[in-house]
Amino acid sequence: MEPVIAVLVGVLMAATVYLMLGRSFVRFIFGLALLSHAANLVIFASGGMTRARPPLIAPGESEPLPGVSNAVPQALMLTAIVISFSLLTFALVLAFRTYQELETVDTDRMRAAEPSSSDAGADAGADAEQRAAD
Amino acid sequence: MTGPSWVRLAVALPVALFAWFCTMIPAVSAGEVLVWELAWLPQLGIDLDLVVDGLSLLFALLITGIGAFIFLFAGAYMKGYRQRGRFTLFLVSFMLAMLGLVLADNLVALFVFWELTTITSFLLIGYSHENATARRAALQGLLVTGAGALAMLAGFVVLGQAAGTFSLREMLAGPQGFADHPHYTAVVVLVLLGAFTKSAQFPFHFWLPNAMAAPTPVSAYLHSATMVKAGVFLLARLTPLLGGTALWMETLTAVGAVTAVYSAFVSLRKSDLKQVLAYTTVMALGTCVLFLGSSPVGGPGEPSRGVLAALAFLVAHALYKAALFLVAGTIEKATGTRDLTRLGGLWRAMPVTFAAAVAAAVSMAGVPYSVGFLGKELLYTVGFAADTSVWLPWATFLAAAPIATIAMVLAIKPFFGPRPDYGRPEREGHWALWSGPVVLGAVGIYWGLAPEFPFLRLLVPAETAVIGQALDTGLAPWHSTGEALTLTLVTLAAAGLGFWMRAAVAEVLGVLRRWIPLSGDRAYDAAMNGIAAAAAWQTRRLQSGVQRHYLLIVFATFGLGLAVTLGIKGVVPGPVRFADAALLEWALAALAAAASIVIIRSRSRLLGICALGVVGIATALIFLLFGAPDVAMTQLTVETLVTVIVAIVLLKLPSFRNEAWPSGPARLRNGIVAVTVGVGVTLLMLAVTASPPPPDLQEYFERTAVPGGQGRNIVNVILVDFRALDTMGEITVLAIAGAAVFALLLPGARRRESAPLPGPEGTAARAQVSDGNIVNTMILRETTRRLVPLILIFSVFLLLRGHEHPGGGFVGGLVASIALSLYAFVFGPQAARGILRVDPRAVGAVGLAVAIASGFVGSVQDAAPFLTSQWGTLAGLKIGTPVIFDVGVYLVVIGVVLSFVIGIKEQ
Repeated sequence: MEPVIAVLVGVLMAATVYLMLGRSFVRFIFGLALLSHAANLVIFASGGMTRARPPLIAPGESEPLPGVSNAVPQALMLTAIVISFSLLTFALVLAFRTYQELETVDTDRMRAAEPSSSDAGADAGADAEQRAAD
Repeated sequence: MTGPSWVRLAVALPVALFAWFCTMIPAVSAGEVLVWELAWLPQLGIDLDLVVDGLSLLFALLITGIGAFIFLFAGAYMKGYRQRGRFTLFLVSFMLAMLGLVLADNLVALFVFWELTTITSFLLIGYSHENATARRAALQGLLVTGAGALAMLAGFVVLGQAAGTFSLREMLAGPQGFADHPHYTAVVVLVLLGAFTKSAQFPFHFWLPNAMAAPTPVSAYLHSATMVKAGVFLLARLTPLLGGTALWMETLTAVGAVTAVYSAFVSLRKSDLKQVLAYTTVMALGTCVLFLGSSPVGGPGEPSRGVLAALAFLVAHALYKAALFLVAGTIEKATGTRDLTRLGGLWRAMPVTFAAAVAAAVSMAGVPYSVGFLGKELLYTVGFAADTSVWLPWATFLAAAPIATIAMVLAIKPFFGPRPDYGRPEREGHWALWSGPVVLGAVGIYWGLAPEFPFLRLLVPAETAVIGQALDTGLAPWHSTGEALTLTLVTLAAAGLGFWMRAAVAEVLGVLRRWIPLSGDRAYDAAMNGIAAAAAWQTRRLQSGVQRHYLLIVFATFGLGLAVTLGIKGVVPGPVRFADAALLEWALAALAAAASIVIIRSRSRLLGICALGVVGIATALIFLLFGAPDVAMTQLTVETLVTVIVAIVLLKLPSFRNEAWPSGPARLRNGIVAVTVGVGVTLLMLAVTASPPPPDLQEYFERTAVPGGQGRNIVNVILVDFRALDTMGEITVLAIAGAAVFALLLPGARRRESAPLPGPEGTAARAQVSDGNIVNTMILRETTRRLVPLILIFSVFLLLRGHEHPGGGFVGGLVASIALSLYAFVFGPQAARGILRVDPRAVGAVGLAVAIASGFVGSVQDAAPFLTSQWGTLAGLKIGTPVIFDVGVYLVVIGVVLSFVIGIKEQ
């Protein structure tokens, strides 16, 4: 199964990169969501994949049956999922607030911190007009 | 303004140190080497041992002896300057660093002290920091000598590696010389760069005249008498190790001769007293370098006296040049100018200063019965010796004659001739101003009359420390014969002629100057401007201010790095066995891949959100198929929440259709980068998963889960017991993310009131309107009312069974959050707050506190480390701190998710 996961991770990574390189903050966030799926699958596949045997120990036993899946990557992924969820939510709220402030989700027009050299100091709207004129 | 009282006491320090070093003269001149051992980094072979031998004692006496007069002079001269406490601190720091430099036994320690002198020099040159010229000069000195010092450090490291030690004592005691070492040339070039920049050798000399922007005591002390001689000191120190080869001798003589002759003639053109003195200092440093390289030391044949000549000239120069700098400072203090063309007629008003100037100038010119005469006689004698280059005496003469002319100018021009109106009653200054020049000038004459003691008592041990044997110096007040004496007389005659025709000489030199196309100073400016331009260019290229350009650079670098690494390592995936995967597994992977392609291609937000959900659920099912029920449950619940939250937020944002998209070529470029990264990651994954991971960790947790963690769900035991500190960190991150979202959504965070969306006062009304948009039927309301308590109970069930079966705090908290979110959607955020009774952030904070508190139970009971699990029974129920910890996790998740949902809903 690992080779299939490897190909899937490649597809997810390519999609992530493509989405993040677009001009839309919203599509960037979609890329962020795909990136966390890809990362989780990388951790999962790297730990070795075993079918259908959860890492549980039967009552009365002191060790699991041989051949259960690896619990270590699962523990890592579990927290990673929750963390990436909070990161995604934060990014979403940031996008929302950015839109409220700048009235755009086009990252090319988000130039408050680094105004373009041609019109340093001008606000994002004027910047966008400048770009349109170019 | 007199400054703090300790400033006046500072002079006691060099005086005391000078006296202390004087007590070492008998022992050292008897051939002893005094050592103080101080450990610093013994593990790295770096110590702070201080060694006093002939060479370091000579320099230590110069530093403290001249330092005493400088401190005394500065006390009077700096009156009227601001921040004299700071000035004194810098000067004391410099003196101690300079002493460390000459006494250090370890090359690394020597380098550290070397850099400390550079830094104190920087601070002192730039002391008048309001002055742009001073700032530029300070930075220039720092950069030029600092760059040289870095090269020198590299040379030291190679030398230390070659010798197996950084200790100079051990190096000098070992087999002599490194001339046959394969890295010899590199060491010499690197070390010489350090010495030449520090000692202002051509073409790095330009920083020293600029450093005259410093207050005069600093110029006299650092930039003439001591610091700039550090390079000469280092060359002398390393001569037994590196000297004697053709490379060493030819480089030193060539650089030293060019420096000496060039700067001697340049000094004739200058009219500012300090500029004149600066260029003659460069000449003196060049002469020292020239003579250190003049003779094969330790080589075959009779070793000549080049080292002795260089050291004698160095001492003579330190004496007369410090005196002349202080004279220049005294004159400037009295008249307000140090321009030679505006000075004259001062001898009547300032007789003591005049006397000191004459004494120093006599020594500088090399008139018989002065120490300068002894120094120059030695130079000429060595120059005519059989084993040196034929041109050596003539180069020396070409440098010495202009210097003698300058000496006459300095002794005559300010004191005789017409007396201009200085606008103030010029008179002799405070005794602290003129005592230094008088004593130093007198010593220069006295040592010339009686060289046997202490001049030779200091020089011979210093020479011995360098060349390993004491030679008959043949030094006497009047010892010259033959060629050397003739040349001395010719020098004085030429100097007199030069003085008489000095206007014509300056004119000729001015014409010559215009033929030289490039000066070091201009090259420095060009380099600095070039660096700034290159920085600006690459910043413009790499930091366009457009986010996707930054990401493009990051991803392209990542993709390229992957490709190069895989290529270099020759990673070829082994036989890939796709056939192992079952049809269902293939289908799920294909579904996720297809959905991600839909996200790329879709211009509909809703379709994108749905496809994102498909990817999440497909991966969750893959986790389920491969024995990860905990992960699958968490993933499914998170996916539910993500879809809902993304939908709420995205519907408040503009449609994709109206968005600007990258141009066609940009999309192609993005696609190439994306495919490169994707293929690279796939290949990497194939390589990584080709062999199974080492089973140690897995087996450890499987073996110890029941006995060590009292749990049967190994994933949960890892999370809340074995790796509880990690989990603690992660829930803290969660709580911080919740706080950050809260801060973003604060009504006060709004900056622009002109935005078309409603301001803070409109949010409540808007929330109600948007609630009306959601499908909100009676069936949904009634179902929700009954379902939410059931889901909440189920979430507690999941939480409590987590230690034995699939479940736990994370998934339980997520399920509870879904229930409460549903409630918030149907009945409004206020109603959800009502169920919680408290602010969701408070729930998160309580959860974090519970988790932390559970970690301290073990610490209190058994003094065990933080988060050590403790188990006991309470009312017949087995209960342990990991379960309490998991309750904390559960609460944090609820608190954070509800902060998100309620916060967004209330917008």
